[in-house]
Amino acid sequence: MRESISKPIQRVDGSAKISGEAKYIGDMHFENMLFAKTLRSSRVKAKIKSIIKPELPEGYFIVDKDDVPGFNRMRTVVSDHPLFAEDNVEYIGQPILLVVGPERETIYDIITHISIVYDDLEPLYTLEEAEAKSTVFTDYHYDKGEPDKAFAVAVTIIEDEYHTGYQEHVYLEPQGMAAEYRDDTMFVYGSMQCPFYAEGALTEALGWDAKRIRVIQTVTGGAFGGKEEFPSLTACQVAVAALKTKRPVTLIYDRDEDIICSTKRHPSIVRYKAALNQNNDVIALDVDVLLDAGAYNGLSPVVLQRAIFSVTGVYNYLHLKVRGRNFMTNNVPSGAYRGFGAPQTIFGTEMLMHNIALKIGVDPLDYKMRHMLRRGDPTCMGGKIRDIVKLPEIITRVTEMSDYRNKVQNNVKYKGIGASLFLHGCGFTGNGEQTIQGKIILKKSGENVILKVSSTEMGQGAETVLRKIVAYSLDLPIEKVLCEAADTGLVPDSGPTVASRTTMIVGGLLRQACLELKDRWDEAEEFEVSRSYKHPDFLNWDNDTFQGDAYPVYSWGANVAEVEIDPVTYEINVKKISAVYDVGMPIDETTLRGQMQGGIVQGVGWATIEVMTTDKGKLIQKNLTDYKVPTSMDIPKIDCEFVSNPYEFGPFGAKCAGELPFVGAPPAVVAAVSNALNVPIYSIPITPEDLMEMDSHEN
Amino acid sequence: MKIEFVLNYKPQIIEVDLARRLLDILREDFGLTGVKEGCGEGECGACVVLMDGKAVNSCLVPAGNIIGKSIVTLESFKKTERYKMIESCFLEAGSVQCGFCTPGIVMATESLLNENPNPTEKEIKEGLSGNLCRCTGYNMIFKGIHQAAERGKGLW
Repeated sequence: MRESISKPIQRVDGSAKISGEAKYIGDMHFENMLFAKTLRSSRVKAKIKSIIKPELPEGYFIVDKDDVPGFNRMRTVVSDHPLFAEDNVEYIGQPILLVVGPERETIYDIITHISIVYDDLEPLYTLEEAEAKSTVFTDYHYDKGEPDKAFAVAVTIIEDEYHTGYQEHVYLEPQGMAAEYRDDTMFVYGSMQCPFYAEGALTEALGWDAKRIRVIQTVTGGAFGGKEEFPSLTACQVAVAALKTKRPVTLIYDRDEDIICSTKRHPSIVRYKAALNQNNDVIALDVDVLLDAGAYNGLSPVVLQRAIFSVTGVYNYLHLKVRGRNFMTNNVPSGAYRGFGAPQTIFGTEMLMHNIALKIGVDPLDYKMRHMLRRGDPTCMGGKIRDIVKLPEIITRVTEMSDYRNKVQNNVKYKGIGASLFLHGCGFTGNGEQTIQGKIILKKSGENVILKVSSTEMGQGAETVLRKIVAYSLDLPIEKVLCEAADTGLVPDSGPTVASRTTMIVGGLLRQACLELKDRWDEAEEFEVSRSYKHPDFLNWDNDTFQGDAYPVYSWGANVAEVEIDPVTYEINVKKISAVYDVGMPIDETTLRGQMQGGIVQGVGWATIEVMTTDKGKLIQKNLTDYKVPTSMDIPKIDCEFVSNPYEFGPFGAKCAGELPFVGAPPAVVAAVSNALNVPIYSIPITPEDLMEMDSHEN
Repeated sequence: MKIEFVLNYKPQIIEVDLARRLLDILREDFGLTGVKEGCGEGECGACVVLMDGKAVNSCLVPAGNIIGKSIVTLESFKKTERYKMIESCFLEAGSVQCGFCTPGIVMATESLLNENPNPTEKEIKEGLSGNLCRCTGYNMIFKGIHQAAERGKGLW
């Protein structure tokens, strides 16, 4: 009998990364390679009247909308973002054209000599203005029970509004892409999460069959959602440039450029009306979710779906009225970021529950526990919680680890403790998995097994985890289980590497294929086994009415945060986070712990120091000097444990993990800050200036 | 202008614009791509190399400042016993995820342990304060460094 699959092994890509031998896109050299640089809009919203171009030196090119042989839009959920601007620009940083050539200095010089004549138009700067002008991209609704009746009989009605800000991914490796046109095929290489998204976008931009396109992921230096849809844009741009110049073209962003133009977490406003009964329990919620999608809708409708499907958090409210809207503003487009809309609404709902508890004078954790979902309860969309909810066990453990009960009763000013309860729906939202129909192939090759999937390693440990699932299933050493490159010419489309779906969905398909491969092992020296995703029969979902099981299963968790506020500067020092998670079964404890620790710190950053704002359409924080992410000096001590709760349909019982820690940390930290100063908090990031004002107001 | 410096223990004479960044000299002129560019403004530490034994952000060092200096990059450091100790401890502790910050963190670790072979947790945090990592949340890197210091007694 082998040891538990949870027992850590060394990451398969560790040595190459530590030694600096791993080749990221910026480390690759192509023969006769040209460099590209993007000329971007300097205007918030304007009509382009004319572009005055200098005479180009020999070997230099300008690539723009007129060079796109196919459709000049980036294909995604809503294909509205032009690859190169056409008549108008809609945000500062929007790409207009590329200058391509052999020497970077000359390229910069050419860019400074291109002048664009704009005719400025009236822009929309903020979500509030967008709401006033009703520039709605997407408007969703759903109800549960009889909310109107519940509000009519409510003893108390509480209304609150919560705000969250931008967040920049700050993957350490900036965006980068290269294209090479040879043998009548377009080869595109780059830092990305989803090679088949890029392939799909390229088929439309070039107007070519996918057979003539190969997208190859290079070692990817962090992504967090920031390399989900955005690389489709740069992939199309470099491909168009490579086609025009007939030479390999590489486009690597500087950090400043990356921050200005790449997607970010959606700023949000979430408005609540809560109906309370005579026991002060919430019987109904009316929730209105507003997201700033920026200038183009892109992926935002799906982000909005996860946002509104997460509004109830871990609670069972009998009656619900939910509305969600994406608004168009003339800000940089928002997009995928770890948690994908859920962090905004989970934060709002956790703080609503916290603040109601303070109003009625009970401990916030006790108040939350009165409302928790249990097995068999309906979800907010009328689906069902099918598995055991281990929240009671999780809460017992996390309160022991943090000594919550004792500390919360001996509250000292400027020291605070707070708890959050949370969940995350595993895998794609709604019918996403059915639409994608992820496919995997396992190839037996002598004594080795080769795993063919499009799931990408971006730092999270996917390659290690997937190889481990196969190795354990076939009882092989991990060295005998190899992974084919994430190259659309060599692997089937297993779906994108998003939505915490890789271990559970792709790993689950691999595990099934292993069972067949094991049975047939002696059949031949070389053969392949494949599997495609089949939606379990018991799950139902109606994407028009948003009724049914939006997710097959949920992962759960609780965090307790402890903070100290500097009484003079009001800086928040997050001292400790205690965290307990149910992710089904850890496939590799070290890899999983890495996800949890990293997710918590990103969440702490979003809630506290990561301030990103715009002034009249212009980002104020344009580089890593202005935009602060947590450093080694800013991080809390983190204690993290797991409860086992194997999921029948996950490989070895595994559910989702990567986004869950991000969702949980911010409300715990904010609850602790609220506890430290005895003030309600409605907005993140919480700045020292805000805290100072709240505290002086309180006094 | 012609300048002389020592790169990975070999004397070099190169013709270079004195304003050219050490980062570009290393990556482009010498093909040393273990040195990474994460921000180009000295905030992230992905481009850390050793200059006369001290950790520096090579994006902030112009060619004029390396005249007569000794530069050591990961490509040379990885041949040492100290590196092997750091590597095995980082692998065990889960100190690496996407790996883009890792070369800089390895060089910062060498610089830290060279100056202080028995760092406290606070000293490890301070030693890494110039290196950003967005994946790990740092604690598992601290653990790797702590283990390297413990197990590598006598190496530094």
